[in-house]
Amino acid sequence: MELCPCVKNILLLDFEGKRVAAKFFCDDWPTNGAKEAFEKAVFNKTQKTNARSEVEVTMLENNIVVYKFVQDLHFFITGGEEENEVILATVLQGFVDAVGLLLRGNVEKREALEYLDLILLCIDEIVDGGIILETDANIIAGKVASHSTVADGLSEQTFSQALATAREHLARSLLK
Amino acid sequence: MAQPLVKKDDDRDDEAEYSPFLGIEKGAVLQEARVFNDPQLDPRRCSQVITKLLYLLNQGDSFTKVEATEVFFSVTKLFQSKDLGLRRMVYLIIKELSPSADEVIIVTSSLMKDMNSKTDMYRANAIRVLCRITDGTLLTQIERYLKQAIVDKNPVVASAALVSGIHLLQTNPEIVKRWSNEVQEAVQSRAALVQFHALALLQQIRQNDRLAVSKLVTSLTRGTVRSPLAQCLLIRYTSQVIRESNTQTGDRPFYDFLESCLRHKAEMVIFEAARAITELSGVTSRELTPAITVLQLFLSSSKPVLRFAAVRTLNKVAMTHPMAVTNCNIDMESLISDQNRSIATLAITTLLKTGNESSVDRLMKQITNFMSDIADEFKIVVVEAIRSLCLKFPLKYRSLMNFLSNILREEGGFEYKKAIVDSIVILIRDIPEAKESGLLHLCEFIEDCEFTYLSTQILHFLGIEGPKTTDPSKYIRYIYNRVHLENATVRAAAVSTLAKFGAMVDALKPRIFVLLRRCIFDSDDEVRDRATLYLNTLGGDGEVVETDKDVKIFLFGDLDIPLEPSDESFDIDSVPKEVKSQPLVEKKAPGKKPAGLGAPPAGPPSTVDAYERLLSSIPEFSNFGKLFKSSSPVELTEAETEYAVNVVKHIFDRHVVFQYNCINTIPEQLLENVSVIVDASEAEDFAEVTSKPVRSLPYDTPGQTFVAFEKPDGITAVGKFSNTLRFIVKEVDPSTGEAEEDGVEDEYQLEDLEVVAADYMMKVGVSNFRNAWESMGEDFERVDEYGLGPRESLAEAVSAVINLLGMQPCEGTEAVAANSRSHTCLLSGVFLGNVRVLVRLQFGIEGSRDVAMKLAVRSEDEAVGDAIHEIVSCS
Repeated sequence: MELCPCVKNILLLDFEGKRVAAKFFCDDWPTNGAKEAFEKAVFNKTQKTNARSEVEVTMLENNIVVYKFVQDLHFFITGGEEENEVILATVLQGFVDAVGLLLRGNVEKREALEYLDLILLCIDEIVDGGIILETDANIIAGKVASHSTVADGLSEQTFSQALATAREHLARSLLK
Repeated sequence: MAQPLVKKDDDRDDEAEYSPFLGIEKGAVLQEARVFNDPQLDPRRCSQVITKLLYLLNQGDSFTKVEATEVFFSVTKLFQSKDLGLRRMVYLIIKELSPSADEVIIVTSSLMKDMNSKTDMYRANAIRVLCRITDGTLLTQIERYLKQAIVDKNPVVASAALVSGIHLLQTNPEIVKRWSNEVQEAVQSRAALVQFHALALLQQIRQNDRLAVSKLVTSLTRGTVRSPLAQCLLIRYTSQVIRESNTQTGDRPFYDFLESCLRHKAEMVIFEAARAITELSGVTSRELTPAITVLQLFLSSSKPVLRFAAVRTLNKVAMTHPMAVTNCNIDMESLISDQNRSIATLAITTLLKTGNESSVDRLMKQITNFMSDIADEFKIVVVEAIRSLCLKFPLKYRSLMNFLSNILREEGGFEYKKAIVDSIVILIRDIPEAKESGLLHLCEFIEDCEFTYLSTQILHFLGIEGPKTTDPSKYIRYIYNRVHLENATVRAAAVSTLAKFGAMVDALKPRIFVLLRRCIFDSDDEVRDRATLYLNTLGGDGEVVETDKDVKIFLFGDLDIPLEPSDESFDIDSVPKEVKSQPLVEKKAPGKKPAGLGAPPAGPPSTVDAYERLLSSIPEFSNFGKLFKSSSPVELTEAETEYAVNVVKHIFDRHVVFQYNCINTIPEQLLENVSVIVDASEAEDFAEVTSKPVRSLPYDTPGQTFVAFEKPDGITAVGKFSNTLRFIVKEVDPSTGEAEEDGVEDEYQLEDLEVVAADYMMKVGVSNFRNAWESMGEDFERVDEYGLGPRESLAEAVSAVINLLGMQPCEGTEAVAANSRSHTCLLSGVFLGNVRVLVRLQFGIEGSRDVAMKLAVRSEDEAVGDAIHEIVSCS
């Protein structure tokens, strides 16, 4: 029996429901078509709600979906029907805040695509194969940004410093 | 990638459209990936290319095998670079590419080097990557490092190893189980998440050892758990221990711990504990109270997630303990206007469950205001809740029926309307007083119904229920209106319904004839045909009236085999009365089963009932007596072959019937005279008595063919049967759907089928095995000992014997504690001839893995006890 809290997917969609980044951890959606259909369903179901100040929640296809919108970005986390929704909300909040730190507060689609590597690494640091790795936004962002320092950016004193260095290092466009 | 910005002529400004990946192409990116092979690596540029590759994969692009291999090989070159950022991206893309086993070898040494690096980030990530892509053989090589990593002082490294361990436990349990000492140590870690991951892994390693889990819970509930996540996990384990401990008397163990978690500072823990308490089996109201209190506080939280969590849990509690939830009714009512519609709907349905008879009217008024601005799917939930409320308070049917008929008139999609119609039908069925008004509501609905399906279903229902009312004539107008106003399908249904009124109510006959005669001039031939047929059978055209019985068969029977032109005169008795598709009920998701109109009036039948009805409708099997047991379907074909066939074994006292469910999966073929030729030469006790072919098996329409065998009475005859599907195949023109005249005889080999001893046993549990055992008495006890030879493990031996006997394990005794040397297993069942049987199995295992078993049987019949021993000794 599965007792460990489990995340089924992490989605980051834009204001039209298009995928910015997505990671699915279980086999409920085996094909890209199924994944996109789920994203569309989630987006349609939630787009009219106001999930800007607090994390919102709904049920879809026997799953619990928690979500939050920032600017033109829609953040989602899905868990099973029996999952503790407060845990899922904590993970989501960690994701949203970590992205906020990594994008220096400019949480919008354009920035997210510009620094897509950071977003992907961020997802990689939050959940591993469905198991929650970390929920604290500072630690998550610290791990993602610890690129350029000799990885001790984990302690909070050196975190902002590490982040600043990292940002400097990463401040470049994919366009040359 | 210098991409000119594409100017678009829409109202959005270019700024918003800008994306660094605009116009990205896979081919071009794969070209770019050649930079990985440069002798002088440019880490920044390489990172960018990897990001592009990841973008493509993330958007659902897939690489061919060749492309993926090529990318993978060039990525491996990047391990030369010392750049940390690039290395992170390399780790990420290796995981995404999921290389094959022979490719993994290429990166193994690089990753193992990183696993022993001084840089924590390298160690942690290398572990995660390697464990993701590795297979069992490699795992033994790196096991030593993983064990070290679990107790690494860096929490990120330790967590990486532990989480990888959780994943590996699925594929290589025997290796991961050897790490339990290190994991145990990690549970004591001061780092919050390490403790969480260690706890998750430790429990999974020990999940079959109930005692060990219980000890773990005991020690941790007294100790300190650092992270809220770990605390939630501990609560789940505690609930499991409580579930399995089964103590019915006295204080529940660990309840105090759960209760104390209600005062934890983290909301996720409070909620987890509250939910755990509400889900305790046989929870008392005293135990519930503190949990309900914290959930009530959550109801007025500013966080939607907490409100949702609380109302969802209370909704469940309301099903079993409605009284416990009534205290929250005031808070719940304020949630009806919650912005989050999921919360509002849950609040309403909870209130409908907890409300008493006097509050129904007030609640209905509130809901009426609320219905107009929620989505159809929520409305369906509300309709279903109202249906169950009405069944609970039949006296209130008037206001609830009115509510249903009001919402039936409003706008709504098909599913929603269907839910309402189904509810009305169920109320009509279960509340006799509601019948007349309900039928009239349905009549009004079909006056203006845009859904053909619902119209025909309601007309059918009216035909059955309408004639039985006090004044059937008042429905005629509604039905006959359909003949004027609707499409051909509805018109035909209306004609049938009119005929049913004519057949059942003699006083209406002359008037019905007048109406039916008018229908003879309809523009649609089905409508004309039906009108003519019914006029004929009911005697409306002045000819000899057929017997009453024939009329009823035509009008109310289950005849759904299409007729074909024939020279012989027609005889209704020759039409097969097959109930198509019914045995397939169990394949559908339970939630999708038609609950109202589609299902027979007695409510949806269980599978056994369905089989019984099916078999008794076939004359050849009618003298076989009562059906004892039907097996679950056994597949006789591989998935996705031309013909899909499975078989259900029906066991009677002296007969066995094989029901072959066949589906033809080739659209270009029509199969006729489909039968299964069974060779029973390896089943000596069985003699074939009859078989029943399927006349016609069109594409994708399930059909059943049967073969019946006789066997000696009361004997558990076993044997092996080989099966061949034989049929005449006709080509079908896919454009017209018409089959050719001439067919070719063909055969299709199916897999063998076995009748085993377990087929004669029904799994029927007992709640208290000891009592049942004592009361059965020693009179017919049979005890013997057996050597089972070397077995893989004790657990394997136990489950083999359980499967052999096909009995129900009682009191969870099918689970064998890990590493135990002996085990007692209690089984219960009902044997052919409806004889209760109880079995006590005692197992012991020796060093050489030899398993010995003592088998004690008690039953109501001496012969059955012997039969059980025979089953074991023969295998």
